[in-house]
Amino acid sequence: MKATSMQRMTSQTDLHRFRVRKLVELLAVTGMVLCAAVSIFFLLAILGYVVYRGASSIDWEFLTALPLPPGEVGGGIANALIGSVLVVGCATLLAMPIGLGAAVFVNEFPSARLGRAVRFMAEVLTGVPSIVVGLFAYALVVQPMGSFSGLSGSVAYAIIMVPIVLITSHEAFRLVPPSLREASLALGVPKWRTIIGIVLPVSSKALITGGVLAISRALGEAAPMLFTAFGNPFWNLNLGKPIATVPMLIYTYATGPYEDWHRKAWAASFVLMMVVLITSVMTRAFLRGKAHE
Amino acid sequence: MNNGGVQMSDESYNREGTEKTTDSHPQTSPDSDTRLEVEHLNVYYGDFRAVKDVNLSIKNNRVTAIIGPSGCGKSTFIRCLNRMHEVTPGGRVQGKVMLDGQDLYGPGVDPVDVRRRVGMVFQKPNVFPSMSIYDNVASGYKLNGVRNRQMIAEKVERSLKNAALWEEIKDDLQKPGTSLSGGQQQRLCIARALAVDPEVLLMDEPCSALDPIATAKIEELIHELKETVTIVIVTHNMQQAARVSDYTAFFYVGELIEFGETQQLFTAPEKRQTEDYITGRFG
Repeated sequence: MKATSMQRMTSQTDLHRFRVRKLVELLAVTGMVLCAAVSIFFLLAILGYVVYRGASSIDWEFLTALPLPPGEVGGGIANALIGSVLVVGCATLLAMPIGLGAAVFVNEFPSARLGRAVRFMAEVLTGVPSIVVGLFAYALVVQPMGSFSGLSGSVAYAIIMVPIVLITSHEAFRLVPPSLREASLALGVPKWRTIIGIVLPVSSKALITGGVLAISRALGEAAPMLFTAFGNPFWNLNLGKPIATVPMLIYTYATGPYEDWHRKAWAASFVLMMVVLITSVMTRAFLRGKAHE
Repeated sequence: MNNGGVQMSDESYNREGTEKTTDSHPQTSPDSDTRLEVEHLNVYYGDFRAVKDVNLSIKNNRVTAIIGPSGCGKSTFIRCLNRMHEVTPGGRVQGKVMLDGQDLYGPGVDPVDVRRRVGMVFQKPNVFPSMSIYDNVASGYKLNGVRNRQMIAEKVERSLKNAALWEEIKDDLQKPGTSLSGGQQQRLCIARALAVDPEVLLMDEPCSALDPIATAKIEELIHELKETVTIVIVTHNMQQAARVSDYTAFFYVGELIEFGETQQLFTAPEKRQTEDYITGRFG
């Protein structure tokens, strides 16, 4: 056996075939490296360009002052920063329990037709254009309340976040080994306590990652704010009234006629991007620290 | 079916954690030392009948081994003894399983209570990765909301000693349960099952993922544990069955072929199929 295979290895045609295979491998690896490089190129390019255009305009005043009337140079975006935090925060409070609860249902009752339907519709919902979600929130909240409001913005963001939370949480639950669930049930622990005591803690990291993903997505959405939170040049902490948000401010400034506004739009983009970036880096670091406990 | 409505009133503990001892468990009837009586048990996965009309009695404080080739329904069978089979989608059980004269499948019997009385150790160690060693052992209480710390601490220490793990890990109780070796993890799972004072302990091929040394430790442990708990063990390994058990049941394609004292069954089996299996002619 060994002798014949040795002979075959050294035969002329096989040596040729081996060289061809090596060459094909080299080409394939080069191709994949190129694809990977192109993928990260855009991230780096966007980062770099936004830093280039925006970073120079960042100062303490920009982060802490209110906007000035059009035409006056100076002022900041403090109201939009706080507005974004409020609107997204409120949306998170709405979306996390709903998305998690639905994910638990979908995961724990896999044979239920309704569960599978819910999961499918969540996937469809992630594909609904955010401007349509904004219109829907307008009809659902703004019209009955009679005015634009931060709350309606939160509802719009929550509609975008719920399916993301649902899908990421469901995937996280699916990765919990069934043997752990069985171990808990076999100890005489009821199903609901097993879910709270085993399934949720075991998947907690993936749940947090999913939540952060949903928050990052909402933080950057301007379209759903057009007919809901609307925007507000003044200081406002009341979610019942129109409120400024960073992406909405970027939209307004970027499409406005003033050079100073364009500069501020870049600066605000820089701030928004840094917030999202820092959030996800910090989440990763936190989760990694947790893993080492 | 006449006693089917009897409630499983004997929880091993109540919510406040003032625990009853095992002494308060209903005593076995004086005329018999049978702990579990299985009557006409049929077990299904959807339409497939995996266990066929099995009758079997399991003796108190003895080790009963279930042997048979793969797919013969032995794991399915013991999963019916603590109502874990019905957790499997499509799983269905017919017949009676009497624990101290009470039908575990009677109306009004809560499977959660059954599982507190009949514990289980699985094929692969399934330590909770989110918990420390201590919390794993305490999980039967903590997951159920019991807060009596002192009682739990005593149970944890006692169970770890009973599972022959205490000396090895007593200084590392707060380390993650998953930091232990495979054999230690399996003993941790045994300790976890023992902590809630089960009357019966089911072991589903508990050594199949372990090396010979870890296996020997678990077998030794089984010998000691039968003083206090009735054990039913499924095993692939006939030598193991011969070593650890007092009684052996041989299953083949869902049927109980032969049941008897281990020594009898291994030296002078009554059925041809049993003999063929234990002499290695098939399986």
